Amino acid sequence: MPNPAEVTLPSDREVRVTRTFNAPRQLVWDAHTRPEHVKKWQGYDGWDMSVADMDVRVGGKYKWQWKSREDGKQFGFFGTFTEVDGPSKIVHEQYFDPGDLGFGMPEGDPCIVSLELSEQNGVTTLVCNLKFASKEARDGAVSTGMTDGMEHSYSRLDDLLKAAA
Amino acid sequence: MQLDGYATSERLDLTFAALADPTRRAILARLATGAATVTELGEPFEMSQPAISKHLKVLERAGLISMDVDAQRRPRKLEPQRLDEAVEWIERYREIFEQSYQRLDALLEELQAKPPRRKRTRK
Repeated sequence: MPNPAEVTLPSDREVRVTRTFNAPRQLVWDAHTRPEHVKKWQGYDGWDMSVADMDVRVGGKYKWQWKSREDGKQFGFFGTFTEVDGPSKIVHEQYFDPGDLGFGMPEGDPCIVSLELSEQNGVTTLVCNLKFASKEARDGAVSTGMTDGMEHSYSRLDDLLKAAA
Repeated sequence: MQLDGYATSERLDLTFAALADPTRRAILARLATGAATVTELGEPFEMSQPAISKHLKVLERAGLISMDVDAQRRPRKLEPQRLDEAVEWIERYREIFEQSYQRLDALLEELQAKPPRRKRTRK
């Protein structure tokens, strides 16, 4: 079983997620860049990915949308690919479309999402870096609307010390 | 937990900056077991009192600990709510990604599954 995702904060407006996968890099790349694959895994519990239009090339556009199983509400992301270097790196600009949700992040500059893949002995390491336009945008990107339904019952300090060590 | 406004963002930043130091994390771990004075907190470290006090100031500014000014020796105690806020926030990010990545694990396994052959090896 691969190690669970680790989250670090490289700067006051970035979030970095690191995760390993028991699969060759090409497959992980395909899973991220082919709409028929993306729809199967990317998203949020209780939401189905209703739209995954992707033109994976520099300057190409994408549109992702999710629909709630509970009430059919939709929201999504869209933007442009700025770097495409398969199978090791892909970078895109990400704008949030609040759709039916009634809340949103500060308008203006997008979040820059960069994905880097490296492989060793059949295990692929993924580093996903999200660079927000501002501290406030980063901090506001995780909000109750999206994360309701998650239950947390951790020993807070223990987990944080583990993560920070 | 809806975050809006500069105040909350700044609070998170202070919290994360405070937590970025191993000595301060150790101090918090100690305070998680009960209040303690500056002397008691300094004991495990080879550090001068002023150095410890500096760390305590950072933790106080972040709202992670507070001081009982009335007591003679002014013990510090943990303010768990501020810490909970920071941990919960970082955990939400992690949870969102981890949910997706577990589904990706399943997809990758599916993509790598080959029909049974005579000489079949699976990593």
